[in-house]
Amino acid sequence: MNIYGIRAIYKFEMARTARTLMQSIAWPVISTCLYFIVFGTAIGSRLGDIEGVSYGAFIIPGLIMLSLLSESISNASFGIFFPKFSGTIYEVLSAPVSAFEIVAGYVGAAATKSVIIGLLILITARFFVDYEIAHPFWMFGFLVLTAITFSMFGFIIGVWADDFQKLQIIPLMVITPLTFLGGAFYSINMLPEFWQKVTLFNPVVYLISGFRWAFYGVADVNVGISLAMTILFLLICMTSIWWIFRTGYKIRT
Amino acid sequence: MQPIISVQNIGKTYAGGFTALKSVDLEINPGEIFALLGPNGAGKTTLISIICGIVNPTSGTVLADGHNIQREFRAARSKIGLVPQELSTDSFESVWATVNFSRGLFGKAPNPEYIEKILRQLSLWEKKDSRIMALSGGMKRRVMIAKALSHEPTILFLDEPTAGVDVELRRDMWEMVRGLRESGVTIILTTHYIEEAEEMADRIGVINHGQLVLVEEKNTLMHKLGKKQLAIQLQSPVQSLPEALSAFDLEVADEGNQLIYTFDTQREHTGIAELLRHLDQQGIEFKDLHSSESSLEEIFVNLVHQNQTEQQAG
Repeated sequence: MNIYGIRAIYKFEMARTARTLMQSIAWPVISTCLYFIVFGTAIGSRLGDIEGVSYGAFIIPGLIMLSLLSESISNASFGIFFPKFSGTIYEVLSAPVSAFEIVAGYVGAAATKSVIIGLLILITARFFVDYEIAHPFWMFGFLVLTAITFSMFGFIIGVWADDFQKLQIIPLMVITPLTFLGGAFYSINMLPEFWQKVTLFNPVVYLISGFRWAFYGVADVNVGISLAMTILFLLICMTSIWWIFRTGYKIRT
Repeated sequence: MQPIISVQNIGKTYAGGFTALKSVDLEINPGEIFALLGPNGAGKTTLISIICGIVNPTSGTVLADGHNIQREFRAARSKIGLVPQELSTDSFESVWATVNFSRGLFGKAPNPEYIEKILRQLSLWEKKDSRIMALSGGMKRRVMIAKALSHEPTILFLDEPTAGVDVELRRDMWEMVRGLRESGVTIILTTHYIEEAEEMADRIGVINHGQLVLVEEKNTLMHKLGKKQLAIQLQSPVQSLPEALSAFDLEVADEGNQLIYTFDTQREHTGIAELLRHLDQQGIEFKDLHSSESSLEEIFVNLVHQNQTEQQAG
């Protein structure tokens, strides 16, 4: 195992975060504050409790997931896309690092950044609403698992994309709508029965539901199913990355 | 002597159907400077990229210091440093950070003393905290070399190392490359500057249309394929050559003021003494003599041209 190699990639990616602190850390936190002000305080104060949880507190898991998914994808996709774009990828490809070590470096750094952002949002939320975490261990577990899974997904997008537009298209056109429609701001039980069934095809529903269960012990779908779906998506991403390195798809000619 | 690089039957056909390499065999000896010459698109960079693990070959095997580059990629790649043709750098990183990154990537523990040594050798020490984007093209090229040397490789690939570099820096790099060779590093370079190969290489390989046309010791190559010429400056111009001189490979130049005699350096007798005697007999007086040898560039151009003619004929 090339531990120094993993560490070099990880440190390099984390240094990029440090250089772009406003964009990487501050902006996701600020935008979440805006959500709390608009939805949690202004609109939320006029709404009743949802499944026994105040609306302001109810949206915390959804807002964390919203940032966690988009940041995991954008950090990991940019991390591998930019060396491809600038040509510096030659160094990683010619180094004695295995596919696992490359992914561990890039995905590890992207997931770390996302978890930091998620925790910062959690701390920020305390300034707006009161909340308690029923299952802290599971909350952190879901946070880390989702960050790793979607960082892997971002890595795949970064390999697939050959221009900046492609890099943005999945997070903007697919992930953000799925998150908004995945119960970030409401319980899917509030939807008509037909749309409740349709919503179950949205994988993000399971992530938000499981994460919300860890906070308040209430969930739209069984927590076991949420966990299984998250792990299933993780396995799909791992298999796709294995295939990428096996075939050299868009990485090694 | 066991070769440090052994390329066996390497072929590469890209997905689009373009065949960049056709069954190339090549052996590089430890401690030598090997120059790979060839026109644009000949397959030089593809061959280097395969050896370094960036491009997968369609067929064949490569051993680096006895290690198969695919099955034993860790052992093989840790021996190799690569300076690519393009100036691909992490523009926002400092020189110090990017060189240390390269060392870590190749699985080596941090060694600030060693990194300082190579930065000083490459006159980069004063710039260690500068962002790469703020450096000149020549300095960026040095950073690329420092990155390639950061993990103490025993084999160094230099793909067009002095492209776009000014004459002074080019000379400095030649010195540095010689220094590396003296420290035991095997160097394989591709270059468009034939003068560079002539100046530095121990052996030369010529590649064209994905095939190795020739691999030869530089001196042997120049001796075997090089021609020597004698320029005879005449006292007064001649209109044509007398019949008595027809046995000599002579041509009239400079509006009749000069005769050019081409001779084979490998023959026991060059024929110069005989020619001068004949000139004297014919009453052709001369005031100066100057001999010159074909440059590697002329040899290279002839070889490539000959190969192209053979390809068209075949």
